[in-house]
Amino acid sequence: MYRYDDRDRAIINDRVAQFRGQTERYLAGELSEEQFLPLRLQNGLYIQRLAPMLRIAVPYGLLNSAQLRRLARVSRDYDKGYAHFTTRQNLQYNWPQLEDVPAILNELAEVEMHAVQTSGNCIRNTTSDPFAGIALDEIADPRPYCELIRQWSTFHPEFAFLPRKFKIAVSGSEQDRAAIRVHDIGVQIVRRGEEIGFQVLVGGGQGRTPVIAETIRDFLPEEDLLSYLEAIIRVYNQLGRRDNKYKARIKILVKALGPEEFGRRVEEEWLHIKDGAEKLTQEALAWAKSFFTSPDYRAFDGAATETALQQQADGDKAFARWLERNTYPHRVPGYRAIKLSTKPTGVPPGDVTDSQLDAIANLADTFSFGQARVTHDQNVVLADVEQDELYALWQQARKYGFATPNIGTLTDMICCPGGDYCSLANAKSIPVAEAIQRRFDDMDYLYDLGDLNLNISGCMNACGHHHVGHIGILGVDKKGEEFYQIQLGGSASNDASLAKVLGPSFSRAEVPEVIGKILDLFVELRQTEEPFIDTYNRIGLQPFKERVYAKAS
Amino acid sequence: MPKPVKLGPQPGNPSELIISGEIKTNEWQLVPQVEPGEELDLTSLPPGKIILPLRQWLKHCEALSERSGEIGVWLDSEEGAKLIGEEANQRPLIAVHFPAFADGRGFTAGRMLRERYRFTGELRAVGGFMRDQLTYLQRCGFNAYAFEGEQPLASLKDSMSDFGDSYQTGVDQPLPMFRRRF
Repeated sequence: MYRYDDRDRAIINDRVAQFRGQTERYLAGELSEEQFLPLRLQNGLYIQRLAPMLRIAVPYGLLNSAQLRRLARVSRDYDKGYAHFTTRQNLQYNWPQLEDVPAILNELAEVEMHAVQTSGNCIRNTTSDPFAGIALDEIADPRPYCELIRQWSTFHPEFAFLPRKFKIAVSGSEQDRAAIRVHDIGVQIVRRGEEIGFQVLVGGGQGRTPVIAETIRDFLPEEDLLSYLEAIIRVYNQLGRRDNKYKARIKILVKALGPEEFGRRVEEEWLHIKDGAEKLTQEALAWAKSFFTSPDYRAFDGAATETALQQQADGDKAFARWLERNTYPHRVPGYRAIKLSTKPTGVPPGDVTDSQLDAIANLADTFSFGQARVTHDQNVVLADVEQDELYALWQQARKYGFATPNIGTLTDMICCPGGDYCSLANAKSIPVAEAIQRRFDDMDYLYDLGDLNLNISGCMNACGHHHVGHIGILGVDKKGEEFYQIQLGGSASNDASLAKVLGPSFSRAEVPEVIGKILDLFVELRQTEEPFIDTYNRIGLQPFKERVYAKAS
Repeated sequence: MPKPVKLGPQPGNPSELIISGEIKTNEWQLVPQVEPGEELDLTSLPPGKIILPLRQWLKHCEALSERSGEIGVWLDSEEGAKLIGEEANQRPLIAVHFPAFADGRGFTAGRMLRERYRFTGELRAVGGFMRDQLTYLQRCGFNAYAFEGEQPLASLKDSMSDFGDSYQTGVDQPLPMFRRRF
């Protein structure tokens, strides 16, 4: 994991002091609301429906146990004992006091954390694969590149006031687990012979105008990463629309120019800067990689630990279920990665309490070299667990409410905070998630359904990723009343696609029943073990439409 | 981008400004852009040092060649540094207009003027930028800051030293931190 040196610490401490001064000027009336707005946003501070919301950056989702304990303490001391994992691997507090924020930032700086650029029209936290470093299909570990991007983008003087927010994701494996095709820039690590490089995609995004990103370069040499990003964002900063915030994202510019012309302009700009000082040196690359080496794995006979694990599973059905749904293969024999589910029925997806944060820290220390990863589906990964410790881990995870064996199933939903908290929302999303969890609480049924992503957003800004859910639910406002539009067929992975709207929207009470009809049809028409998305791709939207909107006979 | 039919906000021209960290009297007169369809009246230009809209300078540079040494130009936010390009260093002063603090195009313009076109004269930020952007402006090559309205310049310039170090290259720092760590 990356560790700060004195230079990093000095920069973050300067920021804390700067924001303290800005907050004081605002509270003293020297800064207007309008002037304070971009300053507080670039420190992750929103003014929400009930209280300010503070978003903390978790660079590419990676946390150590000391950071988790500090996040727990901050939530106890400055919030109401809650925190929320976001879909961009960050963490939010929903109840801090504005005047406490400088003190919170100071507490975070002590454990090498910050809220820099977690909002505002600037380069946001770079996201990545929660299984980085351990995945079987990994081409190269994306985290060193993410860290280099983090540093390059932090207080970038040219790009702090872009037309709109800007999100970068990096994938280092064959299977895209970082949703790079729905980011402003998606970076895919590729290998050409012995050489590592990047496929560069631009112009993806969700929100009101969802777009799948286009490739503008098939192979970018490793050392050119930062200068190429700089060229892309420089073109965008000059040409991106600023007259309408809904047309200001880079995806609109890429569409308007066409990806080829956009790419041509980037290449032209890049020629001027590619051999400049931002060209990564071999020394810098080796240095960045040195923070993400393998921990001290023990040597196991993989087959033997696997057999022993199978015996434990045979004797305990609940453990077997958890093993099947919540654990993942690891490149090192004798190890697995596990996901802690934040989504038991009745808890807003992604929400944890202060004591749960402490519990994650303890679990990480006991079982996974003191580290944890936040995932874009709002769960937490412990990446390096010995197989013969899985049973003990599972028992402890159960105690803290993290062992719901629903990962990847219908009830493992992505869900934005919605109208309960967010001032942008048209409708609530958390009660919809809960109603669905309550309606479909039969684990055997959920397992029969198999892999199914259901994503809920409370408005068209799409923080709950409804466009890329196999089933997407979007809250809409109809003459002051909350309604929900259902969409089908989205995906955020390699086969990225945007969900299509099923038809007229439904009241909140109707939603679980409608989901039920969709699932009934799926079960009737699926071929053997076919996952939902494959059935949808085979039969299309129409049969679902007919079933859901059929007149009662 | 469609051409604006009406003129956008025009930069102000305060009597005092911050130049290279010190409060100085403004020696330059800034000439606003003319309304679309109208012509700049060259006889009405004030004597002394003037800052012309870049497009007006490009149009009238021959007629004004005798005054060339006392003519600076200002770029509007949608114009970009390429419009003056290699000619930049012929001007003693270039001002870049920030119509609003959220309009960040001027940061790119500043950097390109310094880094690509090697402009060495006074690079002045004009318009609606704010003190909290001073470190960014400085890093993008600006050395003069003409704040609009009545402003306590002496306290504003404290914000120039908000940060003691930086990760990326900038006009003030030719080496990114990854080249300075070892």
